[in-house]
Amino acid sequence: MQELKKDLYLIEKAELLNIIMEKKNALWRLCQICCSYPKLEDHFEVTYSFANGQDLSNYRLIAQRDEEVPSISRVYKSAIYYENEMHELWGLKVENIKQDFHDKLYRIDVETPFLVKEEQKDGE
Amino acid sequence: MGQFLPFTKQALKNLFSKPATTQYPFVERVYPERTRGHVDIKNDDCILCGMCMRSCPPGAIKVDRAGKSWSINRFDCIQCGYCVEKCPKKCLSITAGYQEPGPEKFSYKVEVPYEPPKPAAKPANIAAATKEG
Amino acid sequence: MGNRSVVPFGPQHPVLPEPIHLDLVLEDEKVLAAIPSIGFIHRGLESLTNKKDFNEMVYVAERICGICSFMHGMSYCMALEDIMNIEVPRRADYLRTIWGEMSRLHSHLLWLGLLADGFGFEALFMHSWRLREKILDMFEVSTGGRVIFSVNTIGGVLKDMPADMLNDFVRQLDEMEKEIRETTAIFLDDYTVKSRLVDVGIITGEDAIRRGAVGPMMRASGINVDMRKNGYGAYNDIDFEVITSNKCDSYARCEVRIGEIFQSIDIIRQCVAKIPDTEINTKVTGMPNGESIIRVEQPRGEAFYHVRANGTKFLDRFRVRTPTFANIPALTQTLQGCQYGDVPLLVLTIDPCISCTER
Repeated sequence: MQELKKDLYLIEKAELLNIIMEKKNALWRLCQICCSYPKLEDHFEVTYSFANGQDLSNYRLIAQRDEEVPSISRVYKSAIYYENEMHELWGLKVENIKQDFHDKLYRIDVETPFLVKEEQKDGE
Repeated sequence: MGQFLPFTKQALKNLFSKPATTQYPFVERVYPERTRGHVDIKNDDCILCGMCMRSCPPGAIKVDRAGKSWSINRFDCIQCGYCVEKCPKKCLSITAGYQEPGPEKFSYKVEVPYEPPKPAAKPANIAAATKEG
Repeated sequence: MGNRSVVPFGPQHPVLPEPIHLDLVLEDEKVLAAIPSIGFIHRGLESLTNKKDFNEMVYVAERICGICSFMHGMSYCMALEDIMNIEVPRRADYLRTIWGEMSRLHSHLLWLGLLADGFGFEALFMHSWRLREKILDMFEVSTGGRVIFSVNTIGGVLKDMPADMLNDFVRQLDEMEKEIRETTAIFLDDYTVKSRLVDVGIITGEDAIRRGAVGPMMRASGINVDMRKNGYGAYNDIDFEVITSNKCDSYARCEVRIGEIFQSIDIIRQCVAKIPDTEINTKVTGMPNGESIIRVEQPRGEAFYHVRANGTKFLDRFRVRTPTFANIPALTQTLQGCQYGDVPLLVLTIDPCISCTER
């Protein structure tokens, strides 16, 4: 675990589930999961945010374009929606989501709308 | 659990009070001073710098330096007021009065009687404008 | 074992101003599960950062939602001020707080109206919205817009409210407070209203945490969470207590929101009394570089802003997690085991804002 900024840690994939369990047992709530694809770095960054009252802590996981990230939806039920959202809008592969909506959470025409635009730019 | 008919008082009050709405087509709506209705230009002051065109979020404003005109598509304008903020000459303003609906979108064009300064002074102006942008 | 069936709810439904779709798995009249699907009004505002520079994004952020438009613009500006290390003038903080609390007032009055409409009390709906209209008029006088205010800018606010305007608002709010008290008393006391709300849609505090609920949904389950206590804006100078309730049902959510209406009026009064006389904005130069996470308390709950900039005028990532998105898992929890007839009401009790959810 490496501290990037106040309350923001870079973690390895193997550490993720341990941290999640720790947070769950301490009754932290899942604030959000954010997926991003910075153009310069060319990989996915998945940020998990947990809150307990006024405290907040964020854990960032780095995943390559085709890499799968583990699902935390079996620990935090609300993660189902964030993980499906990441999959549908960004095309990030999430292993084994507890309730997979199969691209039906967002009823939109375009597949992975947030990522496609960047691909087109690459091709130019 | 709960009171019976606590609404009676209000219902009676409604019966004997004036309606809360205004009788619109007969009574005109009075807009407050700050209402953002549409963007207006004082074309005498405009220097065709194009700051408003570059800053407009929906891209509704077009500035034509060669043709000496400033035009706005009022159907695209979102009345955010960013052009008014950005205008270096403060010749833009937002005033009351909304664009009326129409069968198609059109641009509202204004001729700007601005004479650019002599060529010697021109490069400095452009440099200043691009730096700010 | 009764008859099982799947009934679609929405996307167009009389109680819903915006489209959300729920697949309800029913056993006779009892709901066993609810599967939501959204995206009918997905606009992809988050990815507009590729096309609009960070200054123009203020106006895009405001358009995420029509009700908390001010709060969205404010939190986006706060995030960028944090990245660019800008100290906002104190008066701007106070003005933002006042407008923010006015947003909360009109949002809660809107919600009360929709709730009344949801259980078929049309007259009460009209009354709530009549009161809300006065707040909208105040917004129009002070900012020039009734829904989208466009007064936020990175580094402060664009329009000032002179002292006589502020005092006039306080006077109007004092008058309104009496009327609001009369109207909200009906929500809290009426027999018919209570029969629809009490003991409907229970979610316990622990469940609310597990499901990541936010805002009044959480506070109605007895959990004391209010981002305003973080002290952004002028809230660190303001004296207020977080309103919670231990009843965990729909009535509690109604009670918490009504409590917050009066709290907002009180906060506005305190702000007007304490507002300092300084500049309202600072000049911003340079490009943002870095990232920031901002949490603010919107009328519907905690909104989460994650902004990441890379030193150019286009942001790398602009992430908004709106309160309704966080409340959907809690909603599906409350729907489990409820009666089919209560579904519209329960959907309303989370105060759904779908355009927020989908951005």
